[in-house]
Amino acid sequence: MMSTPTPTLKPQFDVRSHVSQAPRATKIDVRGLNFYYGRSQALKDISITIPERMVMAFIGPSGCGKTTLLRTLNRMNDVIPHTRLEGSIAIDGENIYAVGADVVELRRKVGMVFQKSNPFPKSVFDNVAYGLKINRLTSNKHELEDRVEAALKDAALWEEVKDRLKSSALSLSGGQQQRLCIARALAIRPEVILMDEPASALDPIATTKIEELIVDLKLKYTIVIVTHNMQQAARVSDLTAFFLMGKLIEVNSTEKIFTAPDEKLTEDYITGRFG
Amino acid sequence: MEIHRHLDEDLDTLRDTVLRLGGEAETAIRRAMHSLSERDSAEARDVLEHDDAIDQLEVEVDRRAVDIFALRQPAARDLRFVMSVTKMAPVLERIADHACNIARAAIDLNSEPELQNHMRIRRMGEIASSMLAGALDAFTKRDAIAAREVIKRDSEINDLYNGIFHELIEMMVKEPSTATRDARLLFVAKHLERIGDYVTDICELTVYMAEAAVIKHKH
Repeated sequence: MMSTPTPTLKPQFDVRSHVSQAPRATKIDVRGLNFYYGRSQALKDISITIPERMVMAFIGPSGCGKTTLLRTLNRMNDVIPHTRLEGSIAIDGENIYAVGADVVELRRKVGMVFQKSNPFPKSVFDNVAYGLKINRLTSNKHELEDRVEAALKDAALWEEVKDRLKSSALSLSGGQQQRLCIARALAIRPEVILMDEPASALDPIATTKIEELIVDLKLKYTIVIVTHNMQQAARVSDLTAFFLMGKLIEVNSTEKIFTAPDEKLTEDYITGRFG
Repeated sequence: MEIHRHLDEDLDTLRDTVLRLGGEAETAIRRAMHSLSERDSAEARDVLEHDDAIDQLEVEVDRRAVDIFALRQPAARDLRFVMSVTKMAPVLERIADHACNIARAAIDLNSEPELQNHMRIRRMGEIASSMLAGALDAFTKRDAIAAREVIKRDSEINDLYNGIFHELIEMMVKEPSTATRDARLLFVAKHLERIGDYVTDICELTVYMAEAAVIKHKH
C-alpha cells in the first residue's frame, strides 16, 4: 500500500539459512570417515552429525555411498572381507570403532531394517520374540509376551496380527512382513533404527503405512533412512543428506533441501537435471 | 532424460502463458490511459471487452501449474518458479481489473467537459506501465537485482498520488461543479497507485524465485 515506507529490500527471512528444527542432542557423530572396499574408496572424508529423535534421510544416485555409510553405523560392513575404515563414528559420544567396542551391544542399540523384508520362517510371535530370547532380555513368559505385544503395537501391526500370532510370518503381506521386521528390531529396544530403502518393494498403501510409522517412531528413536524415492525423503525426514561419488555434498533441513538447496549439485539432482 | 525434457517443456509453457497474461495486463493499462488522455471511449470499451480473455489466461496458468504439481512434483528452483507463477497470475489479473476500472472512468469522463490536462496522472500511468514491463522482464530473466530496482520505483507512484490527491481535493473545494469529475480522476489515480503495489508483489515473487529470499512485507 502507499503508506509503505521506502523499501530497504533486505530479506529478514531467508529460507536459505532456515532450519526449522529446534536444536537436539547429537546422537551420531561421524568424523572424517573414509571407507574402502579393497582399493576402491566408497566414502570420502564424511563428517555428519545426526541429532537424537529425528529422521535423517540419505539420498543420492546409485553407488554414491549412502548405503555403505548407513551400514558403518552399526558395523554391518565388518562382515565384508577386505574392507577398511578410517575416521570415527561416535554414538552417544562413544566411538563404536574403538578397540574393545562391544559390537553385539552396538547392534542391540542400533537396529536395522532392510530393503527386502526378511522374516524368519517362524510364527509372527517367534519372529518378534527371537531377539529377546537369544539376548535373554526377558525373565519370564509373561514379560516376553508383553514385550512382543508392545513391539507389534509400536510397529502399527498389532491390530492386524493379534489374532494370528501363531501363524507363519510368511503368510503376511509384503507390507505386513516389513512392519514385522520393524517390530523385530523394536523389540530389543534400540535407540537408533537404520532403514535401507524400507518401502522400495511395497505398494503405495503399504508404503504409506511404513512412512506414517517412521514419523511416529521418531518420537522415541533416532532414524536414518536410505531412499531412492526423493518424495519419500521429503515426506518422512527432518534432515536430508545428499551424497555423490562417496562425498557428502550437502546436509540440511529437508524443507531447505527441497525448496532452496545451497549446492548446485543438490539442486540438479533433486530437480532431475543431474548429469 | 525424457522425463526432464517434459518437465522443462511444461515449465516453458507455463512461463509463456504467464508472460502472455502479463503482456495483456500491460496493454490494458496503456490502452486505458490512452483512452483517458485522448478521450477515446471506443478504445476504453475495447479494454473492457478484452478482460474476459485475460481472465481465461489466469485460469490457464492455474490449470497448467496444477498439472505440473500433480504430474511432475517440482522441487527447488522449479518449485519456486511454479509457486511464484501461481501467485503472480491473480496479481496480473487484478492489474488488468484496475485497467478496466480506469477504462470505465475514462468512458464517464469522456462524456463530460474535459478537465484541465492532468499531466501527473498521465505520468503515473507511464510509470505503472514501465514498472510492469520491468517486472515482467526481471521475471523472464530471473533477475532479482532488476526486480529490486523496479520495487524502488513504487515510491515515485506513491509521491505522485499524494500530490494528485491534495490537488484534486483542493479543486473540489474551489470549484464544486467539477467535483464529480475530480472524484473520478482521483479514483483513476488510486487505481494506478494500487497497480504500483501489485507490480511490487510481482517483483517480490521474482526475488523469491531467483534467490529463495522472502522479502514480502519486509520493506
